[in-house]
Formats: sequence, structure tokens, C-alpha cells
Amino acid sequence: MAFAESISNPQGYLQSLSRWRPIEIAFWIATLLPFVLFPNYLSLASQIAATALFALSLDLILGYAGIVSLGHAAFFGVGAYSAGLISKFGWGEPLTGLVASALVAGLVGYATSFIIARFRHLARLMLTLGFGLLLAELANSAGWLTGGVDGLQGMHMWPLLGVFHFDLFGYTAYSYSLAVLFLVFLATRRLIHSPFGLALRGIRENWVRMPAIGANSRAHIRAIYTISAAIAGIAGALLAQTTETVSLDSLGFERSAELLVMLVLGGAGRLYGGLVGAIIFMVARDQFSGIAPQYWYVWIGVLLVVVVMFLPNGVLGGLSKIAARWGYR
Amino acid sequence: MGVSLSAIALATRALSKSFGSLVVARDIQLELPVGARYALIGPNGAGKTTLINLMTGMLAPNAGQIFLGDEDITALEPQDRVRRGLARTFQINTLFAGLNALEAVTLAVCERRGISSQFWKNVAIHREAIDEAYDILAKLKLGDACYRPTRELPYGRQRLLEIALALATRPRVLLLDEPAAGVPQEESGEIFEVVAGLSNDLTLLFIEHDMHVVFRFATHIIVLVGGAVFTEGSPKEIAADPGVREVYLGTRKHG
Repeated sequence: MAFAESISNPQGYLQSLSRWRPIEIAFWIATLLPFVLFPNYLSLASQIAATALFALSLDLILGYAGIVSLGHAAFFGVGAYSAGLISKFGWGEPLTGLVASALVAGLVGYATSFIIARFRHLARLMLTLGFGLLLAELANSAGWLTGGVDGLQGMHMWPLLGVFHFDLFGYTAYSYSLAVLFLVFLATRRLIHSPFGLALRGIRENWVRMPAIGANSRAHIRAIYTISAAIAGIAGALLAQTTETVSLDSLGFERSAELLVMLVLGGAGRLYGGLVGAIIFMVARDQFSGIAPQYWYVWIGVLLVVVVMFLPNGVLGGLSKIAARWGYR
Repeated sequence: MGVSLSAIALATRALSKSFGSLVVARDIQLELPVGARYALIGPNGAGKTTLINLMTGMLAPNAGQIFLGDEDITALEPQDRVRRGLARTFQINTLFAGLNALEAVTLAVCERRGISSQFWKNVAIHREAIDEAYDILAKLKLGDACYRPTRELPYGRQRLLEIALALATRPRVLLLDEPAAGVPQEESGEIFEVVAGLSNDLTLLFIEHDMHVVFRFATHIIVLVGGAVFTEGSPKEIAADPGVREVYLGTRKHG
């Protein structure tokens, strides 16, 4: 058996951890299904992809490094407004706009990471919340730039790669969002199986031990916080570019809180948790708000309570437990 | 002590620490020669773990200095002391519960080799680092258990992993805080056999309550009482010291 073989070969064992599993390949093939099965929902699918990317960015700091944030929408918003403003002021090329937005969000993340890395527990949570609120209010008061409560108007995106126009049905939007999500996911997957990814898990598992093995946890945290902020910025930029608008709630507290809910629903620290959580959350919102829009939070509340009580590691954690019981690995 | 300065592995000068009015370290003056096996003993609350915390930088002293070799490390962060060769283990398991032993020790090796911020390459390509980690584990008889999550390991194995993690930093000086704490007596011998088998270049300081173990493995004993060095000497000298007996019998009465 493969496992018996790996016992005598530790390198082979570690290599096997990063091998692609069939279920992963099935997941990514399934992301293509909306093109065939739900062509009327491609705009929603595109938003889900952007949100999934956002959730992935939170998973990097929360699921891997153990940093809980209630202000992650700040970076999403910075990315969204960057993309919006770049387009509004005459540069509608999507890919360069996306990269530029990632850089801006990453820069803001890097600046705040120095403070974030100095604190822990409740203090750090409140710092993330404080930064988030600060930025949201800043965007609100800078109405001349951001459009304030009316949102940022006047975006115009050029065709993707100079060829594909952003159409009303969302074909281009979903293709674009999905491709970006997949590429960033690949990079993230590589990161978590790297020595740096191992160090992040070390920080999550035992903060006290890290310095005792010679690790500079603060430097690690600054790095992952910056990377996570840049990815959140890409997610925000994606949403801005595909919807051609940015509203204040893109960096509001509610978005940060919803993001946390998604990740907890899906299961933090397992790479796919954010993606699955985003799908569950966004589809549930779409369905429930069709029934009674003003009460839809009731359902998400019920869902959250049930998942936290019975599936402490989220939906994915529950599924992998069942799979393990069936002897599938 | 008649040893030349260059042969001192770890030294403290007038090291003091207090929390408010509670003095936990009082003017501590120590010199550990290279390759020595020191036992640090003393009644509960004598400040033994505090001394290790001061030496490793987990606590900042109010006064005094700490030297690793010739270098003053008093102002260094804990991780920078580790990188210079001063490692420790913990009395209460301070492990990476969700990682398995191979991952944990590989992590420590990667940190020492300075490759832990590499985020674009798979950890599995670092064959030498992984082999080094596995060798350490195999030497501590953890080779067959290294793929199981740390939290599932038997307690005695976890105590050995404590030592494995410290060894992965390639220390010159190793401070062991009760390496066999909580381990049944018949198994604690096994842990100290591992300790005794460590390289002769390695300078050791260990905290231990079991006097049989202390007298068997230590070449030198420091007795700490009330945050101050009560006395130090060879096991023979300490065994013959009536003051030491009194200190121990005295605490037994209260404790």
C-alpha cells in the first residue's frame, strides 16, 4: 500500500499530502456546470466566484495562521474602489486593473500588518474591526472620490483580453471570475504546502512554541496578512469590474461578518472551506430572499447555529469525517 | 571555577527579576562550562522555570546579563537566542497538537535553515531538511510514530517530541524543564537515557525533582531557593551538604 511505503520514506509522505485528490478535480469540473445547467444564473455564479476568492483570502489568515478578522472587507473594498477608480478615470483594461488593485490592497495590508502582528486575541480582533470601520467611514466621507452612499458610478470596462465583451448574461464575467479564482487558488494551494505554509500552521497550533524553535512569528504574520489582503483586493476588484459598480457596503462591517460566517459554514483551514461556504451562503441568500427578503438572515442564523453545534469543523469537516468513516481517504 | 572564559557555554551575571514585591530571581551568577551536565534543583516555587524563562528571553530581567559563549544576549528576542544555539523544552507539553511529529520537527529544521519563508516551493522538495528531521525522530525512537497527529501520541512520546523539537534547532546549550514531568517512574529512565546519549559538545541544564535521576545524570548541581542560588557543586558535595537536606526537608513539612 502507498501508506506502508511512505512509512519508510518521510519525503514521499510529505509529497503525498499535496497530491491532487479526485474529489478536488471533480469540484473544479463542477464549477463549469453553471455554463450548461444554469445559464440564467451566470451573474450570480460570477459573484459567488469573487466571494469565494474573498473567503479564500480570509482562510489563509484565519484557517492557517489563526488570525480572526472582523475587518477583512477593508481590503476587499480597497480592491473594489481601486479597480473602480482606475476604470472610471479612463483605464478600462481588466487584467492590469486587477493587478493594480491587488497591489494597492496588499500595500494597505502590509501597512496594517505591523500593528496586527504585535497583538493577539481580543485586542487583535478589535484592531481588525477598528481598521475596517475606519476605512468604511473614510470611503463614506470622501464622497467626491467614492461617490459616497450613491456608490461609484461611471465605470466602463474594456473587453477582456481585448476580445471578450462583458455581456448581460455574465458569460464573460463568470469565465473571468472563475479563471482568476482558479489561478489564485493554485497559488494558495502551493503556498500552504510550502515551508511557509507549515510555519503558518505552527503559529496556529502553538504560538508559544514558535519562538522556541527559532521562528519569527511576527514576520510570518506580516507576510501572510499582506498576501491575504492582496487576494481580498483581487476579489473586490473582480466584483467591481464584473458589476461595473462599487457600493459602500463592499467594505462595510456586514461584509466582514458575512465572510466569517461563510468560512465557518464551509470549514476553516481546509482550503475548500471558504469556497464551499461562499457557495452555500450565496445560493441560500438567493433562494431565501426570494421567499421573504427581509427575513433571510433568520435562515442564515439557523444554519450557522446548526453547523456550529453539530459540525464544529464546518460542512467540509463533517463530510470528511463521514468519508473517513467509510474508509475513504 | 578555574575554567577559562572561552570554555563557558552559558553564563549569567547578577541576574534579577521581581514581580512587584515578589522576588523570583535574586542576583543569580552562573557559569556553565561547555559540555557540562547541570541539574537545577530546588523546592517548588524556587524560581527554576523562571530562570529558564529569563535565560531564553521569555521573561525580561530587571537587572543583570546573560551570555551565550562570549556574546551578551540579554537584549535579544527569544527566537534570536535560539538561532544562536540556546534551546529549551517545556515542563508542560508545548507542542503543535494538530501537526504530526514529522511536520513539527521539519518545521523546526526549516526555521533553522532559514527556508521557512519560502512560499512558492513544496516543503517536500527539501529532502535534506526532511531527512534531518526524520533522523532526529528516529534517534528518539519516534520514527514509527511520526505520521500520527501529535495530540494522538502517548504522553511519554510527547515528552520525547519536546526534546526532538529543541534538538532540531541544533543547540549548543539545551535547557530541559523537567523532561520527564508526569511520566511514570519506570518510563522516565528511558527519557533520561535519551538525554544522557546526547552529544558531548552539548551543554545541558535540566530541572528535575527525582534525586536518583539527578545524581545519576548530572555532573554538577545547582540548588535554587527563593529565587537565589543556595549552593552549587558536584553531586557528592551537594549530597553531603547539610543545608541542602534542611531546605528539602523543610519544604516537605509544609508541602
